[in-house]
Amino acid sequence: MSEIALPKIDSSILNRKSEIVKKLSKLTNIENVLSETDELRPYETDALSVYTQTPLAVVLPENTEEVSEILKFCHSENIKVVPRGAGTGLSGGALPLQDAILLGLGKFNKILEIDYENKCVVTQPGVTNLGITHAVQHKGFYYAPDPSSQLACSIGGNVAENSGGVHSLKYGTTTNNILGVQMVMMDGTICRFGGKSFDQEGYDLMGLICGSEGLLGVVTEVTVKILRTPEVVRAALIGFPSIKEGGDAASEIISSGIVPAGMEIMDKALIEATDNFSKAGYPRDAELLLIVELDGTESEVNELIKKVEAICKKNNCSSLKLSNSEKERLSFWAGRKAAFPACGAMAPDYYCMDGSIPRGKLAEALLEIKKLSEKYELPVANCFHAGDGNLHPLIMFDGNDKEQLRKTEEFGSEILKTCVRLGGVITGEHGVGIEKRELMCEMFNDNDIQQQLSIKKSLDEKNLLNPGKVYPILRKCAEEGRVHVHKNKDKFPDLPRF
Amino acid sequence: MSTKIKINSQIFQDSNNIYYPKDETEVSDLIRELYKQDSPTEIIGNNSKSFIGNKTQSANTTSLSKISGIIDYKPEELYIKVKACTPINEIEQVLSENNQELAFEPIDFGYIKEGKSNKGTIAGYLSCNYAGSRRFKVGSVRDHVLGFKGVNGKGDIIKSGGTVVKNVTGYDLSKLIAGSFGTLVALTEITLKVLPKKDSSKTVIIYPSNFEQIYDFFNKLSSSSSEISGAVFIPEQSKDKDFVTKKNSVFKFNDLKSNVSFIAFRVEGDKISIEEKINNLKKELGLNNSDISTLDVYQSEPFWKKVNNLEVFEKTEHNLIRMVIPPANGSKLCKYLENNHNYFVDWCGSLFWIEVNSKKEEKIKDLKKMAEDFGGYLTVIKTSSEYDFGEAIFTVDKVRLIISEKVKQSFDPKRILNPGKMYRGV
Repeated sequence: MSEIALPKIDSSILNRKSEIVKKLSKLTNIENVLSETDELRPYETDALSVYTQTPLAVVLPENTEEVSEILKFCHSENIKVVPRGAGTGLSGGALPLQDAILLGLGKFNKILEIDYENKCVVTQPGVTNLGITHAVQHKGFYYAPDPSSQLACSIGGNVAENSGGVHSLKYGTTTNNILGVQMVMMDGTICRFGGKSFDQEGYDLMGLICGSEGLLGVVTEVTVKILRTPEVVRAALIGFPSIKEGGDAASEIISSGIVPAGMEIMDKALIEATDNFSKAGYPRDAELLLIVELDGTESEVNELIKKVEAICKKNNCSSLKLSNSEKERLSFWAGRKAAFPACGAMAPDYYCMDGSIPRGKLAEALLEIKKLSEKYELPVANCFHAGDGNLHPLIMFDGNDKEQLRKTEEFGSEILKTCVRLGGVITGEHGVGIEKRELMCEMFNDNDIQQQLSIKKSLDEKNLLNPGKVYPILRKCAEEGRVHVHKNKDKFPDLPRF
Repeated sequence: MSTKIKINSQIFQDSNNIYYPKDETEVSDLIRELYKQDSPTEIIGNNSKSFIGNKTQSANTTSLSKISGIIDYKPEELYIKVKACTPINEIEQVLSENNQELAFEPIDFGYIKEGKSNKGTIAGYLSCNYAGSRRFKVGSVRDHVLGFKGVNGKGDIIKSGGTVVKNVTGYDLSKLIAGSFGTLVALTEITLKVLPKKDSSKTVIIYPSNFEQIYDFFNKLSSSSSEISGAVFIPEQSKDKDFVTKKNSVFKFNDLKSNVSFIAFRVEGDKISIEEKINNLKKELGLNNSDISTLDVYQSEPFWKKVNNLEVFEKTEHNLIRMVIPPANGSKLCKYLENNHNYFVDWCGSLFWIEVNSKKEEKIKDLKKMAEDFGGYLTVIKTSSEYDFGEAIFTVDKVRLIISEKVKQSFDPKRILNPGKMYRGV
């Protein structure tokens, strides 16, 4: 599985390496161009660390004009470019190519303007997601999308991947929370889409760029919307004796008209794994655990909690605990946030899948996954963003056992196909990258893919920007699509993954 | 009978030479044939908003109005999938039976066009992407589209998105289609995110004394954790007596003082939290009970309908402009408009509806310059009969125009769909 088809290497580019490096050194500060083997090593992979490639060179420009000049040069010389933010992506979107420049945006690390009157922050793309919230929280504001890697992931990467988080049912994903971007096209053209006002007129090019996985342009500035921190946030921890009853309660909460800030489900395997790992105090007798978070004004939250309580009791919940302090609320989340490392502690390796399904199909999906787990004789634990239908099954296996690895791959692929069959999609928030590339044809037919490729062609005619990502190279559905973590050595072990 | 023969024999057409394909396959066949013939077509739904935008440069007209009906509505999944030209009224009716709604609050453009309700179809509405008063809280139309199907300019049926909220599979074409005025695809199917209706609402009216105060209130309202879901400023001080009379008759409510300028803000939720939020906001804005009026739910709901229907500009024969700017520049714009045009402000200070009484396009040029200087944009939504389109009705910069042309090319290389509706060359 560590072998993957990549675009054909242009040996003429490899042969011109020293000349290219020399030219790049003229376009930015000489220290910003890395070309020695040792210097390149840290950039060989992103958080999908099973795949590695050594880039031709790494260039770390310091401003938009430099990005423009570098792209213009690469465009005229037919040199491929792979953009990279913080390298925390889970689908291999920033995997380098041997004959490509890796364009790192790490030096774009400043917040340019905090504009409380217009409720926005103008920032460079290398600033971390959490860095934005940290910059405004003393005034009672925050930036809403909260991918689990928010401590390290960059806002530019968030735009590229249209990152979500646990609160996206109520607050949306990145695309719903940005107002404008400045971007450089592959030919070096600098453009601006949107600004500080809502809904740019004409084609929503910002909406097109958001989630385009670095294939259409390099984002050099982002204007994000900031929101007022809710007055009160409370969580409920609810255990259920069966998957069906818990799933039904989650569906009923939504259909009753409640829009929770977050709603998470964990199955029995994960309840046990996380409780062993983080001693979160979860109800271990439960088959399914539901965490519901509600926010708003005090009476609003109290009213909603009463409704949630009634729905859960009606669906025979076996336990129900409400957070009475911020400390207690965070303790409810502690186990959930330790889900991935907890699985890592149970087996040498785990794969994390990222499909989305309609909320109401949860019980069906979990039962199907259980059957597959028996078929492949591999344990699986499931967590689910029940608010927005994003399912993360974690398959546990031993990567040293070739047969187990092969079975895991098949198992994972069947899960994603099940998601599509149930009316869902192959990736809810991790992106397609190289990881799920060959599964695109599970969702799209030739016409759909051709239309997307023709957009790509119209904006990057020579296919130089991040080629080989998102769209199948061989146009065949291979058995791929998950995050592989060996011996709990996630590239970013400190980041909570949920 | 082949599509070519059908087209030539005008079986698809009515007496006004309008094509009425009945399903997605017929739309595809028709456009494929027009593509072969290099023959562009105007795309319309129920014709309720076709007056917005430039006149298309096309020999044919295709009405998608027969592509109508609800395909799949799952209240518990918070989505509805409909055929593209399903009337908005029909969608809202079905949602309402389940106590749900389209949270972006569709504007009823029928009032400015002909003085009565005509909300038109969801495809038309998505193609304009003009959200109503709740936009600054819940997002625009584009934020509520989960997926679509349609036919591109070559006649290929394409789709994007799905029915789930979290989906990052491939380019997010739903966003691109929103606000594209039918120039990229002829829509055949749309999936929308729907949300629960709030239990109740109340509207609080404040009577500010100057523009600085208006924007101070707007800023405090949008900064509060006691969330509001609508905030407008309706001015009184207009030189146009007819406008003042109209304003006072449209906004005639028992609990609203007439003949004055006012800010109205809406609070939604359950009854207890509405009271709590209003009390919080009164404190934050430094208001006493004597400073304000309150519209209960029976007055609040019709009030916001009148705002969203643009009833103060009912049947306007002048140029009607929609300008969006960052709110921090709003008070400057208000001061300018005060002496020049009839207007009101929505989206808590960001959206301006401006009626330009002058026949001269020069005035629109000035306003466009102002919009751009303030970091925003404007669109001439309705043109007077004398508008000669010397001044473009959309705002676009050179770079964006070039990129738009490229994007258009990728969907519709021969410019078959609504050519020129937005920009020349697109």
